[in-house]
Amino acid sequence: MKKTFETDLLVIGGGAAGLCAAAEAAGAGANVTVIESDLHPGGQLVKQTHKFFGSRDEYAGTRGYKIAEILLDEIKSLGDKVDIRCNSTVTGYYPEDGVFTVMKGEDEYYRIKAKKAVMATGAQERMIPFTNNDLPGVYGAGAVQTLMNVYGVVPGKKVIMVGAGNIGLIVSYQLAQAGVEVAAVVEAMPKIGGYWVHAAKIRRLGIPILLRHTVVEATGDKVLDGAVIQELDDKFQLIGEPVKVDCDIICMAVGLTPTTELFWQAGCKMQFVPQLCGYVPFRDKTMRTSCPDMWVAGDASGIEEASAAMVEGRIAGHSAAAALGLKTDAKKFDEYWTRLDHLRAGEVGEKILAGIGQVLVSGWEA
Amino acid sequence: MGCSCNCLDKEKLFNSGILVEHSTGAVLPPKEAWEKKKGGYAVIECPKRIPCNPCYTSCPTGAVLPFADINDTPEIDYEKCTGCGICVSRCPGLACFVIDLTYSDDKAVIKLPYELIPLPQKGALVKCLDRTGKEAACGEVIAVTEPSKDRTYVVSVVIPKALADDIRAIKVVC
Repeated sequence: MKKTFETDLLVIGGGAAGLCAAAEAAGAGANVTVIESDLHPGGQLVKQTHKFFGSRDEYAGTRGYKIAEILLDEIKSLGDKVDIRCNSTVTGYYPEDGVFTVMKGEDEYYRIKAKKAVMATGAQERMIPFTNNDLPGVYGAGAVQTLMNVYGVVPGKKVIMVGAGNIGLIVSYQLAQAGVEVAAVVEAMPKIGGYWVHAAKIRRLGIPILLRHTVVEATGDKVLDGAVIQELDDKFQLIGEPVKVDCDIICMAVGLTPTTELFWQAGCKMQFVPQLCGYVPFRDKTMRTSCPDMWVAGDASGIEEASAAMVEGRIAGHSAAAALGLKTDAKKFDEYWTRLDHLRAGEVGEKILAGIGQVLVSGWEA
Repeated sequence: MGCSCNCLDKEKLFNSGILVEHSTGAVLPPKEAWEKKKGGYAVIECPKRIPCNPCYTSCPTGAVLPFADINDTPEIDYEKCTGCGICVSRCPGLACFVIDLTYSDDKAVIKLPYELIPLPQKGALVKCLDRTGKEAACGEVIAVTEPSKDRTYVVSVVIPKALADDIRAIKVVC
């Protein structure tokens, strides 16, 4: 196909950050194209059946999938400014001529030339190594949530959850809601990583959280029939006796890594920041990267909560619209930053801020 | 030194989500007023700072005090708390309860958030669970409401008054 499709603003990723960036930029008058690899827009929001934290501005108290609906309604209200293309993946970026390549489905390939781009590519789940971790029945938490909350499929009868961050705690609760027995949540650290209230909520349903424990082996012939768990000392060395727990699912919620291939391909200045969970692009306060026509937002800029991802999306969309020469309200930009600062003022925020401090530049050289 | 409590166990329990003692963000109402207060008071168990404030923004009487910072833990003005239970249905962390100690000589009522199936019916007997999920008593459901019409139900259960600071969940027996 020779034809190259042209757009003012390309938003890569139709999740929490991408949809907010698209809505914000389109609200300022930009013509926006959103490329989303999934079959429907909304990213992780569509599988979040729990109510969100944060303040009213970030839809606190609203269930995640409802927030996706609110954002899509906002986009719809802007008329035909935003073109959301699902089942489409940006496969490459070629800085020499500024062309993005896209695969729609498995056989349609085309090119996009965009004046500006917001890259809200999200994150990938991490896995941990243990014997037989390729047995059917070993899932990532995202897959379990997709099965249960998008497709209505109960993934199994009894699960061992690995990881007590917010995802591990929330997905454990959702499994309990679906009638799945959660045998235990195992967590290598000496305390839960997620919000304390999420842990309290599953503990009072009788779900144990075993701190300083890990899974060392999955058992089973063709499919999973159990997990071997073991205690860890304060240097993460195995101690005590391994214990076999019967289960048909091991669900891993052991962290996320920003998805950054396109930033590398574009030649953005990158740095490994442990607090942000991987390599992330340098950015200024407008979320602009070292490539002047590219912005970053959401988990791709560092693993954080959906509430922060949405605000970052607003900032990136606002700034990209301004760079397109559109009129934007400078006050809104300050408001968004005030909101971000509030969201990051807690304990978890300290770590995030320390990470961002390593990649935030005061301004790019012209 | 001279400390007889098992601090390490307590710390370990708290670090895994069990409230072991009342502290900022997780206090009990003043005993004397609480024992006489018809309709009960809100009991919030949110001891860690997180960016969240729906308990404050949804409280219709202003009993949950304003947050200077969205990460503040909640504080309650008991003069203003009517025990309405709106916070029970609105808290994203399911950390708000209402406990009414005036039900009878030896029974109290706890209004707790419920998002599981099956939904208990009024009049049903349910297992009452403590903060670790252990069965602590049997209780009767006297009301089931959905104040915010958002699938977070508020279930009112009659429990032994002596266990008012223990029972925090129910299990429906089929």
